[in-house]
Order: sequence, then structure tokens, then C-alpha cells
Amino acid sequence: MRRTIPLAICLGMGIIMMAQFFIPHPVSVAFYDLTTKWIRIVSAFALVLGVGSLILYHIERLQRKRPGWIYSIVTLTALLITAFIGLVWGVKPGSPLQEILFKNMLVPLNASMFAMLAFYMASAAYRAFRARTKEAALLLIAAFVVMLGMVPVGAAIWGKLPEVAEWVLSVPNMAAKRAILFGVALGAIATSLKVILGIERGWLGGGKG
Amino acid sequence: MAIASLFLSVLVSQWALPSIRAQDTPNDGGKSITIRWQVPANLPVENLILERREKSGEVTVIASLPLGETGFTDEGVSDGKRYQYRLGAVSGADTVWSEMSGWVQSSPQFFNWARVNILIAMLVFFALVIYFIEHAKAGRHLFVRRIAGLDAVEEAVGRATEMGKPIVYVPGLGSVADIATIASLNILGEVAKKTAQYDSALLVPNRDPIVYTVAREVVKEAYAQAGRPDAFKADNIFFVTSEQFAYAAAVDGLMVREKPATNFFLGTFWAESLILAETGATTGAIQIAGTDSVFQLPFFITACDYTLIGEELYAASAYLSREPLLLGSLKGQDFGKLLIMVIVIVGSALLLLSKIPALSFFQSIISFFNVS
Repeated sequence: MRRTIPLAICLGMGIIMMAQFFIPHPVSVAFYDLTTKWIRIVSAFALVLGVGSLILYHIERLQRKRPGWIYSIVTLTALLITAFIGLVWGVKPGSPLQEILFKNMLVPLNASMFAMLAFYMASAAYRAFRARTKEAALLLIAAFVVMLGMVPVGAAIWGKLPEVAEWVLSVPNMAAKRAILFGVALGAIATSLKVILGIERGWLGGGKG
Repeated sequence: MAIASLFLSVLVSQWALPSIRAQDTPNDGGKSITIRWQVPANLPVENLILERREKSGEVTVIASLPLGETGFTDEGVSDGKRYQYRLGAVSGADTVWSEMSGWVQSSPQFFNWARVNILIAMLVFFALVIYFIEHAKAGRHLFVRRIAGLDAVEEAVGRATEMGKPIVYVPGLGSVADIATIASLNILGEVAKKTAQYDSALLVPNRDPIVYTVAREVVKEAYAQAGRPDAFKADNIFFVTSEQFAYAAAVDGLMVREKPATNFFLGTFWAESLILAETGATTGAIQIAGTDSVFQLPFFITACDYTLIGEELYAASAYLSREPLLLGSLKGQDFGKLLIMVIVIVGSALLLLSKIPALSFFQSIISFFNVS
């Protein structure tokens, strides 16, 4: 019974949502909107569980003085301050939450993390472009041609280089991308079908009926 | 002025007769009428105006359009009410009108016929999958090619046990509505069974609160199935944050502090994929990654030991569990791909042949495969 009801809901909703894709009638569209709203409501409830997990996890780290426990104090303090500011002054534009915490703290921190990607990319490129095998050598040559073809100096060296770079991107690269996407689309449909029919039950914790 | 108006009238008389056509917009949810016309591009007019007349006699100019336009969708109508349209060619103070279109009314449709090709493709694919599932149920052997990344799972878990270090499993940054996340949660169950058997620690940091609750249940159930419910530690599956880069920073910190023996990155990933995979690589962990995002795959291939490319992610739970029912669906996928290959080859040949005037009707066959 513990699994039968979720499986029945999954089967029913799966079939209804599949049918909804083919029905443009306003009733069908309204049902889709309602379902989307419900997903948001369920997510909001799940967030309470998530925050609970976060608090318990860090309290446990503090109690046991696990390595890096000092950062748990930072996390819990930030959580409490953010919640306090949000509850007292609201979350509207112009509020301290938006102006101080979001614009002046969260956005620059996110930008810093994103900027670090350039360094990670350089180290990953160094590893990928070491021509140890034939495939790696091919990758190196292709990358070299594409990168050179995308900058003005490439055209200055050889006028046809931008065209070659464009060809590499739009023919062999695009063909491989599309082949992967075909597989992904079929895999996603097959997985959806298995979940809807109750064949794949991993999301329920696995097991039979 | 009168001469100019007469000149304009003569010029537009070629198209002003029955050339405007209005119809209920097909395959929509109603409240929309599509109007089409043909106007020579070289008419000496400044712009076109479109006028709507209601049954009550009320007239409204609904659009002013440049000369090159050949159609307009009026979305300001009510279902069940009747309307007429006419087009005006404006030149200075003069406007020459086309004839009124016939009466037309909008209504919602119950089936989107533009998507009938998707429905057929879906039904064919479903039939293939179900056929091979039944085939597998009958106990017939199904060959599935080896996937190196999945063969390495056992080794990766064993390594963690030998080293006495934990395994970090990142179920991606997607929500539970993403199929890649569901596939990842299915794999998590199989990995958790192995960690339970080997008595390794499994750490699962989550970005989505719903994924967190599902992941916790999946791991708990896997430990129970492996006969080790006592070894399950709820604190090891935890929610971190919904912020993309804050999550990446937290998981990086976790990997640097805990020095895990194995990292799994399976699911939906965005720009943080390389930040996670490169940090994991510097800690010396075996890394198994998999995603359906073609933009993140190169980063994983570069920084990880094994990468599940696209569909391999969806095949993983069947491959690891070896359940005949799940393996059957894999075969269905393979035949689906075969069908797509045949359609691509035949479609390309038809497209080439359709350039021959006598065979131009092939174009209508090709257009059936257009997705709306």
C-alpha cells in the first residue's frame, strides 16, 4: 500500500500530462498551470525539510567538532541573519535583503565563483590537450584550428581558416552533438515510460510493489 | 489629390478583390483568428492597416503593418463571436480598402493536429519498449554492450572501502522534474546498495529540497534491501543550498576536507560542472560522471576518469541492477535509435530527390516530420 498509492498517482498523472501535451483546449492549459502551481507549493514545503536538514547537519558538526566546524558557525549565523532580515523587513526590491544581502554579497560571491571557472578551464584544457593518444592529438588539432579561426589573427594567417573553423563546428561537431541528443531524447522518453508504468522504482527507494 | 487616389485605386485593384482570408487559428486554445492576404511588394503605399468588424457593427483598427507583411494573428477576440476583417492600403490621407472577409469565429480545439507526428513517433517508441520488456519477461537473453563507466562502479566503491574514505555522490543540480535527476536517483539506489554491502560511507549533498527528501528515502531503502539498515546514516544525505555556485563551493569544500576515494557526478549540471570535477580531480579521487547536457560533457570527459555520455546515464540503473524488465527497455531504445537513423537517411534522400521538379511531392512527406 505504501508504494501502490504513489505508483497509481504516478501512472494517472503521467498519462494525463502526456495527453495534456496534445490538447490545446483552455481546460487542459488551466490544468497544466494548476499542476505547475502545486509543484511550487510542494517545493515550498520540501524547503522546510531542506532547511531542517541543513541546521541538523551543521549542529552535529559543531557538537562533534568535525574538521572545518568553524564554517558551520558561519553557515548557521548567515542562515539566521538572512531569515531575520527577510522576516522583519520583507523581500521586496529596496529591502535590506535585496540591497545588502543579495546585491552586495550574494551577487559578487556568485560572480567570483563563476570567474574562477576561467582558471579551472585553463587547467582542464592543459590536461585535455596533452597529445598522448591519437584521439587527444586530434582534439588538440581541432581545438587549435577552431580557436585560431575565431580570432582575427587566424584570418590574417590564412584567409580560409575561419571557414575551416566554422566547418569543424557546424559539421562533425554538430553531427556528434545531434547523435548524443537523439540518444538523450530516447533515453529520457524510455525512462519516463518506465517510471509511469512502475517498472523503474528507484525514485521510490526501489523494491517490488 | 484626386488623381493620386485614383492612381492608388487602380494599382490596388489587382489585389483588392477576394485576397483577404480570415480563419480560426488552427490547433490553439481559442481566442485567436488568423488573417492572411497577398499584396504586391511594389505598391506605392506607406503601410497597411487591418480593420475588424463585429456583428454589432462596431469597427476597430487592430493593427498597422508594413507593406511586406502577409498575415496577422488577432488575439483580441472572444470565442463564439463572429468577426469580419478588411485590409487598408494607406498612402498619405488616402486609404483604399480590400473587400471584407467572410464571417469567422474562434473556438478552442481539443486536439493539436500539428503534433500528430509526435504522437505517432511516441506510440511507435512505446510499442518498441513494451515489446522488448515482454521479450525480457519471457526470459530471453538480451545483449547489452559494456559501459566502462558503470563497470567501474564496483571498483570505485571497493577502493573507498580499502582506503577507509567516503564516497561523494552529487545527484546534479536539477529538480526532481528533470529526467536526468530521476535517472541519477535510480543509480544512487544501486550505488547505495554497494556501499551498504562494502560498509563505505556515502555522502550525498543536495541542491534541491525535493531531491534531498527523495535521495534520503532511496539510500535508506537501499541499505534496508542490502540487509544493513543499521548502517544507514540520515545525516550523510543532506541539503546544502539552492544557489548554484554556493552549492558548488560547498561541495568543493566537502571534497577538499573529506578527501573522498570516489566522486560520482550524475544528473543535470550547468556551469559548475568543471568547478566540481576539477576540484575532485585535484583531491585524487576516482571520478565517475554522467549528464545529458552536451555542453557539460566535454568538461566531465576532461576532468573525470569515466563519463556516462547522454543516454548511458539513463541506461545505468538497468545496467547495474541487471533486472530483465529494465534491460528490455534498453533494447527498445536501441531499436528506436535504429528507426531514427533509417528516417534520417531516407529523409535526406527524399530531400535531395525533391529538388527534381517531377519529384517535388516528396517535400510534403518531409514536412510531416516537422515538429510544431
